[in-house]
Amino acid sequence: MAIEGVDQGRRRFLTATTAVVGGVGALAAVVPFIKTWEPSARAKSAGAPVLADISKIEPGQKVTFGWRSLPVFVVNRTQPQLDALKGEDSRLKDPNSDNTDQQPTFAKNGTRSLKPEWLIVIGICTHLGCVPDYFGELKPEPFDPDWKGGFYCPCHKSRYDLAGRVFQGVPAPANLQVPPYKFMDDNKHVMIGVSPQGAA
Amino acid sequence: MATAPIRIQPKNRILAWIEDRLPIQSFLATHTSEYYAPKNFNLWYYFGSLALLVLVNQIVTGIFLTMFYKPDAAQAFASVEYIMRDVDWGWLIRYMHEVGASMFFIVVYLHMFRGLMYGSYKKPRELVWLLGMLIFLALMAEAFMGYVLPWGNMSFWGAKVIISLFGAIPVVGDALVQWIMGDYVPADATLNRFFALHVIALPLVLLLLVVLHLAALHEVGSNNPDGVEIKDKKTPEGKPLDGIPFHPYYTVKDLFGVGFFLILCAFLIFFQPTLGGWFLEPDNFIPANNLVTPEHIKPVWYFTPFYAMLRMIPAKLPGVITMFVGIIALFLVPWLDRGRVKSVRYRGLGYKIGLGLFVISFVMLGAVGAGVTTEVIPQWFGANADVTTIENAFGRFWLAIYLLSFVGLWAYTYFGFEKTKPVPERVTTHD
Amino acid sequence: MTKPSLLIARAALAALACLFFASTAAAGEGEGMEAANTHIDNISSLQSGARLYFNYCSGCHSLKYMRYSRIAEDLKLSDDEVLKNFAFTGAKIGEMAMSNMPEADAEKFFGKAPPDLSLEARAKGPDWIYNYLKSFYIDSTRPSGWNNTVFPNVSMPNVLWELQGVQHADYAPAKPGEDAHVEKLELASKGTLSPTQYDDAVRDLTTFLQYVGEPAALKRESMGIWVVLYLAFFTFLAYLLKHEFWKDVH
Repeated sequence: MAIEGVDQGRRRFLTATTAVVGGVGALAAVVPFIKTWEPSARAKSAGAPVLADISKIEPGQKVTFGWRSLPVFVVNRTQPQLDALKGEDSRLKDPNSDNTDQQPTFAKNGTRSLKPEWLIVIGICTHLGCVPDYFGELKPEPFDPDWKGGFYCPCHKSRYDLAGRVFQGVPAPANLQVPPYKFMDDNKHVMIGVSPQGAA
Repeated sequence: MATAPIRIQPKNRILAWIEDRLPIQSFLATHTSEYYAPKNFNLWYYFGSLALLVLVNQIVTGIFLTMFYKPDAAQAFASVEYIMRDVDWGWLIRYMHEVGASMFFIVVYLHMFRGLMYGSYKKPRELVWLLGMLIFLALMAEAFMGYVLPWGNMSFWGAKVIISLFGAIPVVGDALVQWIMGDYVPADATLNRFFALHVIALPLVLLLLVVLHLAALHEVGSNNPDGVEIKDKKTPEGKPLDGIPFHPYYTVKDLFGVGFFLILCAFLIFFQPTLGGWFLEPDNFIPANNLVTPEHIKPVWYFTPFYAMLRMIPAKLPGVITMFVGIIALFLVPWLDRGRVKSVRYRGLGYKIGLGLFVISFVMLGAVGAGVTTEVIPQWFGANADVTTIENAFGRFWLAIYLLSFVGLWAYTYFGFEKTKPVPERVTTHD
Repeated sequence: MTKPSLLIARAALAALACLFFASTAAAGEGEGMEAANTHIDNISSLQSGARLYFNYCSGCHSLKYMRYSRIAEDLKLSDDEVLKNFAFTGAKIGEMAMSNMPEADAEKFFGKAPPDLSLEARAKGPDWIYNYLKSFYIDSTRPSGWNNTVFPNVSMPNVLWELQGVQHADYAPAKPGEDAHVEKLELASKGTLSPTQYDDAVRDLTTFLQYVGEPAALKRESMGIWVVLYLAFFTFLAYLLKHEFWKDVH
């Protein structure tokens, strides 16, 4: 409507200002709706740290604990198993755990753990979320003649070594994730879900 | 007006391609920038767009509430508290929905009153009015079933009382009540079916009715406070002389109305979400208990006038019939009113008095239904006053006024008692 | 706008306003109730109320919708403080503040299980709780030895009697055909707190229960101010916009 005496500049300015201010308000109003999908206080409570008794785990044995409804593998690695971790680097995608999303900094080391013998990883294949099987023995397996112990995912044949590091040539993109955890003072229990003090 | 749809030919080839197959821009233009509304709308004309806004709010917040609510008699109450405490921002969404329900009725009641005041139900807008009344009915059903869902003690007893109304129907009444509840009292089965109706069936009905209400309105065009048909006086180009395009003039005006309305809503949501028990009753914070009736059983405020109609008649079936007559009468207004003049501005004194009495009777019945009179009578008439007798006399008086205002409207206009003022040819004022 | 519609509008609004005020007065619950005067944004009052609650009430009553972690967060206490001082049941921080009395025992002791108090303040109102906790008196005819003027023949004994002292009832002389009713309560023996200190303690406890009824209330009001201010600004802009466009309309 072109009508005489109309200050088109003022009109445009007011339209733009109202639109921007209204838009900001509308966006702010959307935030609470999005936030309702975050884990609720109940989910967070159910996902609280879990105390795991590791005193009964024999050397070479794997036990699975539940934390946030995820399987957490705890493996008591033997010396031969630990020795086998060295010298495989050329076959691994991320031998030095450079992908910092996959472990707390305290586990960015050769064994990906706080204590060398204790491997604690989330047992979820980083490919599509299946639970890998534990093949702890250092012997040729149908899926790998050079097998030095580790995890094998039945879904799409991804393989990980005994530090949860993923092999090259498999679909999984990253190492198994190490959850935050700490050893209790009695050395018989592990608290899964919190990092030790002073570590992240 | 929609009788002559506008065709828009976009220059952009993709948009033109779409427009040839689905004339969406033409549709929008027909109903906004080329829809001419009278330029003299006043305050009362905000409530239609506000009702639409509240409807959107109820649907959006409702969708999010269903993500956390559990329609299970054993879990429903706790799931509402879960929303209020454990879900991030759940309290805000729930309060928006709950305050929204009351705001819906405030806005709809004012919108209906506007229609009565300016004769917006008269020819050629009878269908607009009828569809609006159907929206009101669907809204009442929707609100009632929504109120049952938190499964507090008021939810339970409200459901029991309202469903029992159907028991007044001769012969099939008792069987019908049991069929509606799916049990011998309101129970899990009742809650589950009310949930289904509340979250999907009735919202679909409401949306359809709203679309029809708007379609019918755009076909005949809006009425206005002068009750003048703006289509009668047109420019040489065929635009109504007293009309202005809905967009941008009424979009910016309604935007201002929306802002003002939202301030009120935000105040209620953040500072008065229960409004002293008017929006959320204290007894509904007690879980449903089929053995203990709340001491002051009453519906939420927006049902109280109809609840009073029910209570003021000392027999079950006549009470139910009276209440339904009180609602049905509103449907008949376009045919009860034989007057030619639409707007209250140019109608006879009798109409003005009648309309005023009608509103007062509705509010007074609301006060009776909400139990305000039960509280106030001992204060005014002394502690030994016979509350029931006084309340019944008071309530029945206003019930009579309410019903007589419909009869009066017919008699006043049919027998030619009304002395109207001359209606101007063009609209008079605008703000 | 012409006169009649304006008049009707005003009359309708006035009627609504009357209805509203008449009712908020009525909703203020029974006459003779002293106002609790709680302020749920007063953190120290909430903390002291929580201490009283967990020391005197939580043995029998549960807060089944209230997590210890939420109490810690909202009352500005550490998780460890809350667990040590409030969680006598060995609960974990994210769990609900349940009583440690099995329901069967509770029914045996009191005739019926003590009610959950999560929503007590919302169902009864803070004023009710405040007055109720101040209105216990010795009554040898009751199984617990206690009665209450706000909640006659309540099963609950006065668990706060050490703080409040013991109240006796003065009965008004019975009128024919009526039972004698309590006219007023008198403090027969002193407690460890003075009457004003006791009022403050009960007010803190009421404040805590009011918070427990609606933990979101803490956030709600402080946020609401900003929302309203934003909307006022938006409405002002919308008004300018409307005013500008409506210059076209003559």
